Amino acid sequence: MTGRTARAVLAAALLLPHHLPAAPAASQAAVTIDNFSFKDPVITVTAGTTITWTNRDDIPHTVTADDGPPPSYRSHPLDTGDQYSKLYDRPGTYRYYCSIHPKMRGTVIVR
Amino acid sequence: MDVTENGGRRDALKCMLWAGTSVLWTVAGGVPRGALLGSAQAAEAGDALRFVQISDSHIGFAKPTNMDTPGTLATAIQAVKADTQATMLIHTGDITHLSRADQFDTADQIIRGAGLTTHYVPGEHDLLEDNGSAFYARFTPGAATGWYSFDQNGVHFVGLNNVRDLKPGGMGSLGAEQLAWLKNDLAGRPASQPIVLFAHVPLWTVYANWGWGTDDAEQALAQLKRFGSVTVLNGHIHQIMQKVEGEVAFHTARSTAFPQPVPGDPAGPGPVKNVPAGKLHSLLGVTHVRHVRGQHALAIADQVLA
Repeated sequence: MTGRTARAVLAAALLLPHHLPAAPAASQAAVTIDNFSFKDPVITVTAGTTITWTNRDDIPHTVTADDGPPPSYRSHPLDTGDQYSKLYDRPGTYRYYCSIHPKMRGTVIVR
Repeated sequence: MDVTENGGRRDALKCMLWAGTSVLWTVAGGVPRGALLGSAQAAEAGDALRFVQISDSHIGFAKPTNMDTPGTLATAIQAVKADTQATMLIHTGDITHLSRADQFDTADQIIRGAGLTTHYVPGEHDLLEDNGSAFYARFTPGAATGWYSFDQNGVHFVGLNNVRDLKPGGMGSLGAEQLAWLKNDLAGRPASQPIVLFAHVPLWTVYANWGWGTDDAEQALAQLKRFGSVTVLNGHIHQIMQKVEGEVAFHTARSTAFPQPVPGDPAGPGPVKNVPAGKLHSLLGVTHVRHVRGQHALAIADQVLA
């Protein structure tokens, strides 16, 4: 998703009357895992975005919150082709890593 | 690894690279010397203790590099059985690829075919589910955290777990609890007793950028300085690396499943993908280790599966 699209979604959400429940945001973003690294290592999204990681390596990896111990979330071990999705609904900076190969790190910035 | 320090080491490393050839390693006086198996040195009889190390069987891995990891593990076990003087087997971890029960079952059944008492330590691939409880229950019964020690023929063996609670950004890790246990385990032992440490991730930094080392290994090795013979056996990097520091000989074993690139290879640390047809077995292997009572050092011989 481009930044422009994300801002448009955010703007649409802000126009909703306050007494209505917030519409579920359908924003999506993707991060691939290649060659023992998260691409892109830093991704910026708008609140309400679901990020989906896809492992394209021959070796399993995880997406694990760097806020532990214990971490607040950890994906199941992602084998080749496996995916993991997580909704980011609050602004902030969220660091994560691969608990199997902890040199692999990434950051999600939610605006 | 320093290969230019002296001619002996360089020549030995050349021997090591001969695919399809077994090389006997004798480490004495800080200088490892290679000798082809079949030499007088290798044929020396009267072993007090002979054991074999296997590593990184990765049962569950099935990619073009190796579609049959149970098959290559079985070939490795045949090589173990052929060493009729071996009385013990050590597996330095990554038994499975994904810690699944069927993968543990398959590995267990194949390895039992060796008919030898087998001592395991976990690799990071063995602890992926439920904090490793399935691994510990099956492979380190009586050691719920995966570290333990035992004596065999006068040699003190210490199995360490350096793949537990890995820290973001870090390498392998032993942790304060295990280091305290190790200190207690070694206390009171005579400095003349040979020590064999075995753990999955190298206990020396092979390549930090890829996490090929153990953050707090120095604290463990400091406790071993007073011993006259220390041998450290690791896996994880799927290739042979060796180094001697003082009285400590470090050695990593080949995998029985797939080779990994040399440190710093631009392709990254993943499985080597372009193995020529028919060459895979020359890149996999087992490690034979021999200790003669009264001798200072242990002899280490690597054998390829081809």
